[in-house]
Amino acid sequence: MHDTQLVMYEEDFRKVLAVTQRLVKDANAKGIFVVDRNGQMISEAGEMRGIDTTSLASLTAGSVAATGGLAKIVGEEEFPVHFHQGQRDNLHITLIAGRIILVVIFDDRSSLGLVRLRVKKAGAQLAKIFEEIQKKAEQSQAQGSAGTPFAEITDEDIDNLFSV
Amino acid sequence: MSFINYSSREINCKIVYYGPGLCGKTTNLQHIYSKTNPELKGKMISLATETERTLFFDFLPLALGQIRGFKTRFHLYTVPGQVFYDASRKLILKGVDGVVFVADSQVERMEANIESLDNLRVNLAEQGYDIEKVSCVIQYNKRDLPNAAALDEMRKLLNPGGLSEFEASATTGLGVFETLKAVARGILHDLKQMSG
Ligand SMILES: Nc1nc2c(ncn2[C@@H]2O[C@H](COP(=O)(O)OP(=O)(O)OP(=O)(O)O)[C@@H](O)[C@H]2O)c(=O)[nH]1
Ligand SMILES: [Mg+2]
Repeated sequence: MHDTQLVMYEEDFRKVLAVTQRLVKDANAKGIFVVDRNGQMISEAGEMRGIDTTSLASLTAGSVAATGGLAKIVGEEEFPVHFHQGQRDNLHITLIAGRIILVVIFDDRSSLGLVRLRVKKAGAQLAKIFEEIQKKAEQSQAQGSAGTPFAEITDEDIDNLFSV
Repeated sequence: MSFINYSSREINCKIVYYGPGLCGKTTNLQHIYSKTNPELKGKMISLATETERTLFFDFLPLALGQIRGFKTRFHLYTVPGQVFYDASRKLILKGVDGVVFVADSQVERMEANIESLDNLRVNLAEQGYDIEKVSCVIQYNKRDLPNAAALDEMRKLLNPGGLSEFEASATTGLGVFETLKAVARGILHDLKQMSG
């Protein structure tokens, strides 16, 4: 396959979560979401419990993909930052290392300036974490990572999935 | 490109329904949505025009169950089939693990089927994927219509390589889950191969 698969272990996840949780406080945000460019939710923090995060992830990825397409048309590599202003809540979306999307939802307890500032720092940290994840994935792919649970999948396992 | 999360013990895979305009991609997802238990599915999102043509994509998240202790989630997407939405189709194909090519069985749509399948090949290749490598299945949809082409004929035109294929009528649901199962099975096999 073209891209290496995204594999996230407990220790990586904890690092991502720590950055996410810190950013909620530092930016006075209502919610922070880290989304894979392909639309998978990776990590979340903040007070926005109960919202449909699966849809949020998929629509964010769609929106970033569409804007990226627009960028190419006008001769830009990417528009890495998107900002949507609402009546109450605002959405600040940043593409990090071309791969990870950082979503910040904030209201008037915070400000765009503060969010920008804090996102810069958190973005750099996330970029580093995901670079390591990527490296690990490439290594284990090169070695052929026998011993993952999926090496053992049987036809029966697969059939059982659909028996519900 | 599947996403394996050891922390939440989840595996996420992306399935894309591809095919010419009005072939029944959205109808496939609607049927799956309507027949799936509420606890196994998320909200279905349709970004569509006022006339219910897909504008960007439909999205349906399914959580099918566990495999080796991992929650298995499939994210189903459709592309917009109308020819001029090609830029959007390319975006949706990114990171795909499996493709369902939905063909419209009506005789007069045969050219549109061929064109769309070529388009799929080109768009996959652009991302370094090979249609023979990505887990891909073919669905011959709208078999219920009187102007449906003979199956042999369609097979010759659309499936010379002998991919798994299914007859379907998405409006009644015939063949819809069989198709989904086949593509999901293919993806999990790929995963097994990659980890082997
Ligand atoms: N008779 C019959 N009609 C079908 C079948 N599947 C879909 N249709 C009808 O075909 C029309 C188009 O279906 P959609 O699912 O919206 O098609 P689509 O492939 O999503 O089209 P785009 O979004 O434009 O790419 C609708 O009126 C459906 O009810 C089928 O198996 N039999
Ligand atoms: Mg549609």
